Amino acid sequence: MTQWIKVCAVDDIDPEDVMRFDHDGRSFAVYRSAKGEVFATDGLCTHEQVHLADGLVIDDTIECPKHNGRFNYRTGAPLRAPVCVALATYPARVVGGMIEIAVGGSA
Amino acid sequence: MTARPAPFAPRDYSLTGPESARAVEAGLASADWYHSDVPRKVMKELMQRRDGPALRDTALWLGLLVISGAGGVATWGTWWAVPFFVVYGVLYGSACDSRWHECGHGTAFRTSWMNDVVYQIASFMVMRNPVSWRWSHARHHTDTIIVGRDPEIGHFRPPQLLLTALHFVGIPDIWLHFRVLARNAAGIITPDEADYIPQTERPKAIFAARVHVAIHAAAVIGALASWSVLPLMLIGGPRIYGAWHMVMTGLIQHGGLAEDVLDHRLNSRTVYINPVSRWIYWNMNYHIEHHMFPMVPYHALPRLHALIKDDLPMPDPSILAAYRGMIATLWRQQSDPAYTQFRALPSTARPYRADLHQFDAPQRGVA
Repeated sequence: MTQWIKVCAVDDIDPEDVMRFDHDGRSFAVYRSAKGEVFATDGLCTHEQVHLADGLVIDDTIECPKHNGRFNYRTGAPLRAPVCVALATYPARVVGGMIEIAVGGSA
Repeated sequence: MTARPAPFAPRDYSLTGPESARAVEAGLASADWYHSDVPRKVMKELMQRRDGPALRDTALWLGLLVISGAGGVATWGTWWAVPFFVVYGVLYGSACDSRWHECGHGTAFRTSWMNDVVYQIASFMVMRNPVSWRWSHARHHTDTIIVGRDPEIGHFRPPQLLLTALHFVGIPDIWLHFRVLARNAAGIITPDEADYIPQTERPKAIFAARVHVAIHAAAVIGALASWSVLPLMLIGGPRIYGAWHMVMTGLIQHGGLAEDVLDHRLNSRTVYINPVSRWIYWNMNYHIEHHMFPMVPYHALPRLHALIKDDLPMPDPSILAAYRGMIATLWRQQSDPAYTQFRALPSTARPYRADLHQFDAPQRGVA
């Protein structure tokens, strides 16, 4: 059964931005797109385990703050070296103005 | 001024020797580094990508390359060619480095393909394999000046000052770089390269090297066929006669500063330089700032510097001042290789954290 976890109010994340969310010993990156949609991925870059929430959201991509590798945060696909391995993504939704993510398994 | 009196064991700067294992054991590999505090909102604004500044600078760069190159060709055989090739050489053999660097980070332009196009052109000019150097530079940012981990350490200890000086005329540099390209073109990836280039990327590195070598070979054939060095003055040659500015600015990035520390304030140098050099160098004189926050594009580095300068060592006021400090340190390192130039912090800065580095007090030199 999917376990939905409350993250924060949707307005806590600016449009086209990302926030770090730690839960149960794991780190996630939660995104709000320019259109207001919400997404979630693993919080650490697959290249060097750096927190992606310190990076930059550009359109549908998140850029790692350490080596500028890029992922598509909707799909987790690696887009730019030095990242080669995809990010795990997780279902995310807005309920009553709160962002929730399903952390039981990957999307 | 104090120096470590203990005898210095020569270090192994390869990535596959005992120093590599030592760095991992000591927690120096892929470690957490010190960062100055910058509010997220401000950092987001600084990180924003724009096409405008790099489009303007690239148009100027390529335009001046064409004009100076054409001038050199038109006046070839006369003394008038000299000033044209002085300009062309620096634009080709020095400005290529900063374009390679910034576009390799993907921060020069907002539009990805523009970064990629300029990166490929600049990689050819600077004679660096565009695939393997991308990985090499990523490692340089992960493990900056960590011996056994960083493939881009420019100063080995004890220093070889004559060899360092020869870099200004590109002689050892072009030999080393072209040898790597030729080796890669022959399909050979060394154990050191294999340490930072993933398996899947190696065929791309070999292909890129073959393209580069083929273009250089065409220039050599052109020179032989025309019995003139002019083709080599235009292609490849500027990496020798025009590299001096790249070397001048590059050597002071980390030269004489600490090894094996986890705070860029101790191993990188910010220097105030003249506006022409800043344009050629794309603001990489703000080198501590660049290493601390590599997501910030070159055109925003002066703003970042203004924000965090109170947390950094006092910048060297000029290239000359930076060289004075660096050369004095390198000179002393010939007999005392453990000696380093210590960067004193202003009272407004957060102090160096003992838990972030292995920097023992007796190693320190002067600011």
